[in-house]
Amino acid sequence: MESRRNPRAVVDPKVRQVGFFTSSSSQPDSSQPDPIISDSSNPITTTTISPSGNSLSPVMIPPPRLNSSDTFPLRTTVSPSSFSYSSRRDFPDGSTTASPGRVSKGSFVKSSVPVASSLPGVGMDSMAAGKSSSVPASGLTTVSVVNMPLGLSEKVSDQKKDPKPLKEKTTKAERRALQEAQRAAKAAAKAEGGKVTAMASGSVASTNVKAVKPVKSIAQKNDGVVAAVVSEKKGGLSEKDRKKDAPHPRMQYDDESRVVKAKRRAVVKQTEAKNRVELFRHLPQYEHGTQLPDLETKFFQLDPMHPAVYKVGLQYLSGDISGGNARCIAMLQAFQEVVKDYTTPPEKTLNRDMTAKISSYVSFLIECRPLSISMGNAIRFVKNRIAKLPITLAESEAKAVLQSDIERFINEKIIVADNLIVKHAVSKIRDGDVLLTYGSPTAVEMVLLHAHELRKKFRVLVVDSRPKLEGQLLLRRLIKRGINCTYTHINALSYIMHEVTKVFLGASSVLSNGTVYSRVGTACVAMVASAFRVPVLVCCEAYKFHERVQLDSICSNELGDPNAISKVHGREDINYLDGLTNNANLQFLNLMYDATPSDYISMIITDYGMVPPTSVPVIVREYQKEHLLV
Amino acid sequence: MWRRSASFILDKHDNNKPISITQSIDSPPPPESSSMAEETNQNPNPNPISAYYQTRAAHHGIVTSDWLEQAQAAVRRYPDHDLMVSERPFSVIEEFDSWRQQPDLAEAVAAIRALAAVIRSSEAKTMMELEIELKKASDTLKAWDTTSISLTAGCDLFMRYVTRTSALEFEDFNSAKSRVLGRAEKFGEISCKARKIIAMLSQDFIFDGCTILVHGFSRVVFEILKTAAQNKKLFRVLCTEGRPDKTGVLLANELAKLDVPVKLLIDSAVAYSMDEVDMVFVGADGVVESGGVINMMGTYQIALVAHSMNKPVYVAAESYKFARLYPLDQKDLEPALRPIDFGVPVPPKVEVERSARDYTPPQYLTLLFTDLGVLTPSVVSDELIQLYL
Repeated sequence: MESRRNPRAVVDPKVRQVGFFTSSSSQPDSSQPDPIISDSSNPITTTTISPSGNSLSPVMIPPPRLNSSDTFPLRTTVSPSSFSYSSRRDFPDGSTTASPGRVSKGSFVKSSVPVASSLPGVGMDSMAAGKSSSVPASGLTTVSVVNMPLGLSEKVSDQKKDPKPLKEKTTKAERRALQEAQRAAKAAAKAEGGKVTAMASGSVASTNVKAVKPVKSIAQKNDGVVAAVVSEKKGGLSEKDRKKDAPHPRMQYDDESRVVKAKRRAVVKQTEAKNRVELFRHLPQYEHGTQLPDLETKFFQLDPMHPAVYKVGLQYLSGDISGGNARCIAMLQAFQEVVKDYTTPPEKTLNRDMTAKISSYVSFLIECRPLSISMGNAIRFVKNRIAKLPITLAESEAKAVLQSDIERFINEKIIVADNLIVKHAVSKIRDGDVLLTYGSPTAVEMVLLHAHELRKKFRVLVVDSRPKLEGQLLLRRLIKRGINCTYTHINALSYIMHEVTKVFLGASSVLSNGTVYSRVGTACVAMVASAFRVPVLVCCEAYKFHERVQLDSICSNELGDPNAISKVHGREDINYLDGLTNNANLQFLNLMYDATPSDYISMIITDYGMVPPTSVPVIVREYQKEHLLV
Repeated sequence: MWRRSASFILDKHDNNKPISITQSIDSPPPPESSSMAEETNQNPNPNPISAYYQTRAAHHGIVTSDWLEQAQAAVRRYPDHDLMVSERPFSVIEEFDSWRQQPDLAEAVAAIRALAAVIRSSEAKTMMELEIELKKASDTLKAWDTTSISLTAGCDLFMRYVTRTSALEFEDFNSAKSRVLGRAEKFGEISCKARKIIAMLSQDFIFDGCTILVHGFSRVVFEILKTAAQNKKLFRVLCTEGRPDKTGVLLANELAKLDVPVKLLIDSAVAYSMDEVDMVFVGADGVVESGGVINMMGTYQIALVAHSMNKPVYVAAESYKFARLYPLDQKDLEPALRPIDFGVPVPPKVEVERSARDYTPPQYLTLLFTDLGVLTPSVVSDELIQLYL
């Protein structure tokens, strides 16, 4: 029980410790990480702490997020902290403990000044079970801790942080002493070796599923972009939650120690790219091509992983499934399989256990490829539904309900939404129009095909860009239906823009300030169109909207394979950059997304109708309400 | 010449009220209905005369020869229209027309009053039936003039109110019906009072010694200026001529009666005089989802000039004018044409741009004065989403 609390709060001097942290406070902390880290094998909670070591920052403590959305009961598991976003989110969803949870989250946020620290911590929590070590072990834990179930304790502690600083102090001191003792013990035990994960699993009473994943949770954090976004979206979260979520999920890759810790937990072993652009050091970048063979061999070894989820993860990794809607649907269908095959382990409740499982799967998926915002929102929805399942429901009924909920989500929010978007967008297409589109957005493709069916006379200009060349796919599909198309590269944009009457773009997400977050190159197209006074219409389903605000394309993005830039498919003779990959003077930058400011967008077409970019927060607000009522 | 004779038109159709130049104000129905019929019968809008603008012209007592020509052409189509409502003893169109005659009543309000009358005279026994009847009546009204935005918006709004209330209460039919009727009446009243509310809200923006530029004869803007004059504010007004309606002259007359110093400008002199202007006031035919406004032709021009010279542009519009349209450019609107008289005959080979209105995008507007308060253009979408979703 106590294990949940991670007494060792590694305190990074950069970390501002705000809030209640059970860990033995800052001073010794900074020194702790090292011994802790080395201790991975230690079965004692401290081991678990190690990876997260630093993370033990105050924020970490509570990570109530523990798997259960509602409450604390057993920390079942390892819900990888990485799922921090998910768990956090759960938290607010869990109505019962809502307030404490939220509070804790809030504190979480505050402390997570250095994101990195939080990350590991989170993971730690998940590992948690084992964590009990330090603090909890001692009876020093504050009253709150003692009385409450693991998860709760943290929360409570958060709540109480203000009124009970004294208590904390004593606790910390005591804990510190305890930790010292434990550290000594660990050193002794270190000899045994053993993976952290093993320990974690061993220690964690919760599902074995998580065992493998705890590490992932840490890795998961990094994918800040998506994760952060995902966490944000939870409707109706308290401000604290939001704040907490915002920076949290993102693990800053510039911090060496955190990266090391994260990697230790990863299931997917990815080699970090060596030669990286300085400005984007906070984003994860790996040597592409190294993970697949590794993962494939592990297929039969990863028991906790459900094969459907594994398959989807591999498909993401290889690039077979790409595009917000496709990835989201694939993931949700995998989750349906998970629910179908699920059986509640003895002495566990379905809600918490299933949430924990889902969290672990999500962290795996993140390792394969960072989550898109649509996926994040969908995950939030699933966890919300799981949390809302009445406890009294029989397992088979609960499973049926969940499966139908997921089915309904896919149907209403994606398929029907697309139909509505098509209906609205088609009204804007007139005879004689020249429509420009960029990349291969599914929504826009449906609009064009439908307009063609309605016998409107128009022609399409498909603009494409390297290295993905996604426009070619769209081009093929349009030509097959007999639509008059022109194909060009993004370099020729200003050359052809004068003959364009309207621009249709897709989006990975639309943020609260009206910024459209979409495939890299979209911003260029929108800006050139705006300069030529051509209206820009963005087609995006409402479930992809997010409360986050992003001012530039740098703070959160996804880095793709740098080698893809230097090679041209089909032209082996263009090999000027071969061998220069590791040159210190040359860095390759392959960004996947960019942010288009709202000034360049004329209207956004959603299933709620046609709205100006300034109305996105209104829709986010209305959407949350509907979400909660559902 | 024979086409223009009143008697000719009279002979053609005895259902119509007599159409003559002097009585033009009383007989809008035939031209409008014919315009509607024209729209439905001819191939897509080769010549859609906007009934809305005809009405406004009629209200102002201005009739052009072109208008008469249209009227005559319209008259021929009138029987179709008549058939549509002849089955029912109660005709929503007639009711609407009777309300619309009053020059002081906005079209949307007239529509709402007509729909309220539909409810009153309805024989439905269940809410569903009543709703269906209302829907039919509302569609008829909307089809009557497809170019009028406030009419469409007003009808939609009323339907929305009705369906919302009916969904919530499960009491017996009669009380539900009277509740809906009460709401309709209240709505009509609010709409009437809207002008007064807007006038009150905008008083703060008119300071002593200011120069106001107005375009077109909007009754709301006139109410604003009247109230300001009554509050003994010292200001002067620059009025654009407002061709081809020449509504500016009318407005100038009215303002002169209130002892407000008025100066008339031709439409081309707006940029020339913009330096001495402190603010621009315009009305709106419709406020669209992006926050832009659709108003009499010339508004866009004035807003552009004012924006480039950093003068605020204020739009006065009642909330029932908020429409779920979203034009991307000027041509994205339903065409609403009006006859334009150049004073000299125009050779047949020369085309004439006869559109009666234009669209002003929201970035050129500063504030909207509505009965919901003083809003920025981006709030319109917020209101619409809350209302329609």
